[in-house]
Amino acid sequence: MADRITLQVSRYRPESDTSEPTFEEFEVPCHKDWVVLDGLNYVKDQLDGTLSFRWSCRMGICGSCGMNVNGEPKLTCATFLKDYEPGPVRVEPLTNFPVIRDLIVEIGDFMRKLTTVKPWIVRQAEKPISDGEYLQTPDEMDEYKQFSMCINCMLCYAACPIYGLDPHFIGPAAIALAQRYNMDSRDEGEQERLEILSTHEGIWGCTFVGECTQVCPKHVDPAGAIQRYKLTASLEWMKNLLMPWGSR
Amino acid sequence: MNHVTAYSPHHPRWYRKRVSTYWWAVRRAYFVFIMRELTSIFVAWFILYLLLLVNALRHGEAGYQRFLQLAAHPAMVFLNVVTFAFVVFHAITWFNLAPQAMVVKVGGQRVPGLLIAGSNYAGWAFVSIVLAWLIVGM
Repeated sequence: MADRITLQVSRYRPESDTSEPTFEEFEVPCHKDWVVLDGLNYVKDQLDGTLSFRWSCRMGICGSCGMNVNGEPKLTCATFLKDYEPGPVRVEPLTNFPVIRDLIVEIGDFMRKLTTVKPWIVRQAEKPISDGEYLQTPDEMDEYKQFSMCINCMLCYAACPIYGLDPHFIGPAAIALAQRYNMDSRDEGEQERLEILSTHEGIWGCTFVGECTQVCPKHVDPAGAIQRYKLTASLEWMKNLLMPWGSR
Repeated sequence: MNHVTAYSPHHPRWYRKRVSTYWWAVRRAYFVFIMRELTSIFVAWFILYLLLLVNALRHGEAGYQRFLQLAAHPAMVFLNVVTFAFVVFHAITWFNLAPQAMVVKVGGQRVPGLLIAGSNYAGWAFVSIVLAWLIVGM
């Protein structure tokens, strides 16, 4: 059993003359309980301190350590080196994002898109604090709980060919999070979100490749959320067509 | 959503990788997806073929015979066999995806995906049997 494994790490140094990223190989220990992130941290601590990558919690909660491991978008804190024996393990920055340095990608586009779908509870009128909390039954919470598990790791964006081809597409996680608030019994912002989401850049950009759901480490199922939202938007459109004097 | 970031010494150049023209060939899931999209052309051909049949019937017995001759041509048989394979692929892939898009609740409980896909297959089988009965049984 090999106790060491080779990491092929993508290096991009914007200050250097080479415009293309290159691969650098590092040999790291392959312990039973080591994940790819442990390997990268070993490189950073012992072999090459200039290697740049994002990470924080090491336990699949913060969503910062998403990278492409052997071509698949993965949380590197949850991807065991042992599963890739005998190696080598190719570590690259997430696809479909501009690379800032080595394994770090620019996530501003996602952050801006996320705010456009208003991922917070929208109330037409806030009730006074003296009236107490907004109560919710367990069944009402179950409606949206799955979508609330999203940790904004952006693996779904890396897996989505539509986002790669059309950067204006709002993308899987943002739509799933919009759906998370739409399905919340305390929320009243569905109409506001519909105007953003029922555009070509919104749900209709999605062609149901389904890879976002496959790579999601938190089982959010963004593809399902988008298809369900397509149904909602179609019904809304039909309602407006048949009853133009309706509520809208 | 167009956000342009200006270049500055503190904002070094980013590396942007262009999406390859052959992006759909590098991953099995992407390839299956592109094939599923491609099936729509074959579905359209079957619709056109049906319309051609209806049009032939409009021209009476002679028109129908001409259509049968056309349909028996080896090239047409080949095209229709290929089309049939693609249409079956179209149906199976979409039926399998149906549970993801449809959330049906009965008595507060979510109906399992297998049942939703299964009902699609059952409907398909039922229509096929009725059609077979119409053609063979009559």
